[in-house]
Amino acid sequence: MTAVDAPRIGEALGPAPARRARWLVLAIPYAWLLVLFLVPFFIVLKLSFSTAAVAQPPYLPAFDFSDGIAGLLDRARQFTVDNYLWLTDDALYFRAYLSSLRIAVISTILVLLVGYPIAYGMARAPRRWQPTLVMLVILPFWTSFLIRVYAWIGILKKEGLLNQLLLAVGVLDDPLTILNTNAAVYIGIVYSYLPFMVLPLYATLERMDASLVEAAADLGCTPRRTFWRITFPLSLPGVVAGCFLVFIPVTGEFVIPDLLGGSDTLMIGKTLWAEFFSNRDWPLASAVAVILLLILVVPIVLFQNQEQRRAEREA
Amino acid sequence: MAKKALGPVRRTFAPWDDPSTKPFIEFNGVTKRFGDFTAIDNINLGIYEREFFALLGPSGCGKTTMMRMIAGFDEPSDGKLMLDGQDLAGIPPYRRPSNMMFQSYALFPHMTVAANVAFGLKQEGMPRAQIAARVDEMLKLVKLTPFAARKPHQLSGGQKQRVALARSLAKRPKVLLLDEPLGALDKKLREETQFELSDLQVDLGLTFVIVTHDQEEAMTLADRIAVMDHGRIVQIGTPAEIYEQPNSRYVADFIGSINLIGGRITACGGGAVRLERDGGTTILVEQDLDAKVGDTAWFAVRPEKITVTMERPAEVNVNCLEGEVWEIGYLGDISTYHVRLPDGETIKATLANRTRAVQRPIGWEDKVWVSWSRDSGVVLTS
Amino acid sequence: MTRASRFNVVSVALGMAFLYLPIVLLVIYSFNASRLVTVWGGFSTEWYGALLHNEALLDAAWVTLRVALLSSTVATVLGTLAAVALVRFGRFKGRSLFSGMIYAPLVMPDVITGLSLLLLFVAAGFARGFWTIVLAHITFSMCFVAVVVQSRLVTFDRSLEEAAMDLGCPPARTFMVITLPIILPAVIAGWMLAFTLSLDDLVIASFTTGPGATTLPMKIYSQVRLGVTPEINAVCTILIALVTVGVLAASIVTKRREVERRRAERLAAAIP
Repeated sequence: MTAVDAPRIGEALGPAPARRARWLVLAIPYAWLLVLFLVPFFIVLKLSFSTAAVAQPPYLPAFDFSDGIAGLLDRARQFTVDNYLWLTDDALYFRAYLSSLRIAVISTILVLLVGYPIAYGMARAPRRWQPTLVMLVILPFWTSFLIRVYAWIGILKKEGLLNQLLLAVGVLDDPLTILNTNAAVYIGIVYSYLPFMVLPLYATLERMDASLVEAAADLGCTPRRTFWRITFPLSLPGVVAGCFLVFIPVTGEFVIPDLLGGSDTLMIGKTLWAEFFSNRDWPLASAVAVILLLILVVPIVLFQNQEQRRAEREA
Repeated sequence: MAKKALGPVRRTFAPWDDPSTKPFIEFNGVTKRFGDFTAIDNINLGIYEREFFALLGPSGCGKTTMMRMIAGFDEPSDGKLMLDGQDLAGIPPYRRPSNMMFQSYALFPHMTVAANVAFGLKQEGMPRAQIAARVDEMLKLVKLTPFAARKPHQLSGGQKQRVALARSLAKRPKVLLLDEPLGALDKKLREETQFELSDLQVDLGLTFVIVTHDQEEAMTLADRIAVMDHGRIVQIGTPAEIYEQPNSRYVADFIGSINLIGGRITACGGGAVRLERDGGTTILVEQDLDAKVGDTAWFAVRPEKITVTMERPAEVNVNCLEGEVWEIGYLGDISTYHVRLPDGETIKATLANRTRAVQRPIGWEDKVWVSWSRDSGVVLTS
Repeated sequence: MTRASRFNVVSVALGMAFLYLPIVLLVIYSFNASRLVTVWGGFSTEWYGALLHNEALLDAAWVTLRVALLSSTVATVLGTLAAVALVRFGRFKGRSLFSGMIYAPLVMPDVITGLSLLLLFVAAGFARGFWTIVLAHITFSMCFVAVVVQSRLVTFDRSLEEAAMDLGCPPARTFMVITLPIILPAVIAGWMLAFTLSLDDLVIASFTTGPGATTLPMKIYSQVRLGVTPEINAVCTILIALVTVGVLAASIVTKRREVERRRAERLAAAIP
């Protein structure tokens, strides 16, 4: 049944209680998301036009509807674009945004390069092993993300395991400095976001008709050509989904750059956190968030459309 | 047209012929649109109580939509649908006195057979002892009593179908709707089940409405068939009427095999029609036809009504044409002959193999005469 | 074995090794008698013992558990409702916005979600603490649940619901008695996902927390910045063990049920 002829809310599907129940099913989550997801963004926006203050809460003008429209207008006049000017003035922020995007793009490519062979291997594995493999990929995801990032500290630091191993084997004479560099950040991101790339890729590859590859071979295609002309193009929906699932969150990532990165690792997530917690400059943090959101709006909307279309196609 | 007593089954049951009987289910000008697409177009149909009625047609003709409207899953866009004198508009499926047997059986996988059959009764609020008794009765009816505690995935296809039947009959519905009930069964099981279904319907005295694309199924089971095409009913009649007195090429072609010979009407009236073909040959038909001279028409005659002989038939009032045997199909009980006429048209004839001769008298490329009597076929103008 | 399939096996094996190495190391070092990660001082369970006396850590674990249980359960209910609306309600007015609000949190950076929710609570004058964390977690978890349940609902055989309605069951009861039991595995998977996300969350909890509500990730994070105590390793190992046992148990149960079902189907198919 297509969406066209599915019963619509309020259609004569029956007596009033049934219709009211249907309305509630939609209204409850809708209202929740409106209040707790959408409205906060407007508050962030509003705050980005406010000034920091030594007050509780630390911004002016505060939310107060007690003095009516006049009071509101009065507060509105206190709005300022100073925060945005500050952001454009100081090159640090611009560099942080750029750096975040750069790191996100590179990480996404890395995750794709590492994740694709894994997903491909899983999809070509014998049928009865596949559920186990999927579970093995998901299992680390069920364990704490923070813990696993923290584990990498132990591996990557100067006296850490990696260096110990390399020194012991004799590959190196001096320990490598990996921790607190961008390299560590990349390793951490690839490690943490791997399931987000592998699972959608695997789902797409697994669904692919194996006889297509056989048909290509039968018609004279070498394995490499078959991959690039048949398999990879057909796996693109999975690739795209995985890339969205990695790129967008990584742009605003905080924990990994904070724990594994160095002081020269510029990421906007860290900047936002610092503005908020260290500098207690809420309005500025809000402005940072607004700009980040603006940068990410286009990918987010593209992602939503992609997922909606996929859901409709499967219906 | 004089009603000939064609067909042997249930000559005495014909409420549609009785003007004092009102239909049990009535479609009055019913139309159903899905967006731009019209699934059902201005249908007027009456189904009588205790009838076994078949909606027959290819995929997409609207038959399933009609059934779903009776069940309550779709509402008419226009027109009125009545059941037992009651307008069904706005009544949700869970309040209607009809029950449906789904094509996929739709057995609840997380419930046992007994729980499945009891489901409808529980919704009614029937006391538990009564439910148990009725479930027993139903399972006995479909001969599945030892399977009461099984779950659907532990049953074979035929058993699942019988559970679905028992479940849909448990509430003693006024109307039972069957959606392609025999489609998933293999041939042998299908034949057995056809007779069981038919007997069941007569014994229980219920009204059955069946939707199918399988004309054999419709012909075997139904008292009357409605042949549908693109949202319209093309013809309603008993299986014999549909088969022997089709009202259009569509119906003639849809059921069984047919020979359609095109031509022009050169005489019409007084219970006889003369059809002339482009080659000059004439076909004479005994029929009361409402048509004009010069109209294009087709003569429809079934293969089993045609005789194939080596010599021209001696009788005077038969139609006969000469041709060459083009194809022969030996099917054991019958042989089919495709005879090619001089102008290129092919006539298909089937003859019962009444003798055990291994060498058949008629062979390929033999010059033969095909003949049929004047009341063997009908002239169709559409 | 062909060259291609050897490559596949190596890729998968390396990938798994990469995924599990840090976890394995953590577990090993939780039994390390020496405080230093770099030196193996012999096998010891002293850190587990110390853990039992570490009030702060245990408190944080308790808070985290309660937050996770509460938020995942509510998120599952809300997410299921949202999935039903998305799949069954056709093209209603405001559907695009609703769908957008479901998919956006899946990719939204935590810092943005955390900041926006905190500002909401402040503006509304809502005291921050345990309950604000719960509310925050419910909000983003329900979207994940919705997506998981939605993908199951989309392939659900609707003729089962129609059959139930045809037999006299009104829509709401049909959902509870027919649909829900059948899609329950997906709902449970959604619950588990919500539970993990809540258990794991650092950034959003840090933004939306208040006095007296320190979650385990927050505690671990602050300890990591100060300098690692091996008790952290012990906590992590315990968590990992719990999760592993849980997932293994779940998969064994489903596997056994699957084997049983297949055996029953094979028996049934043999019957004429």
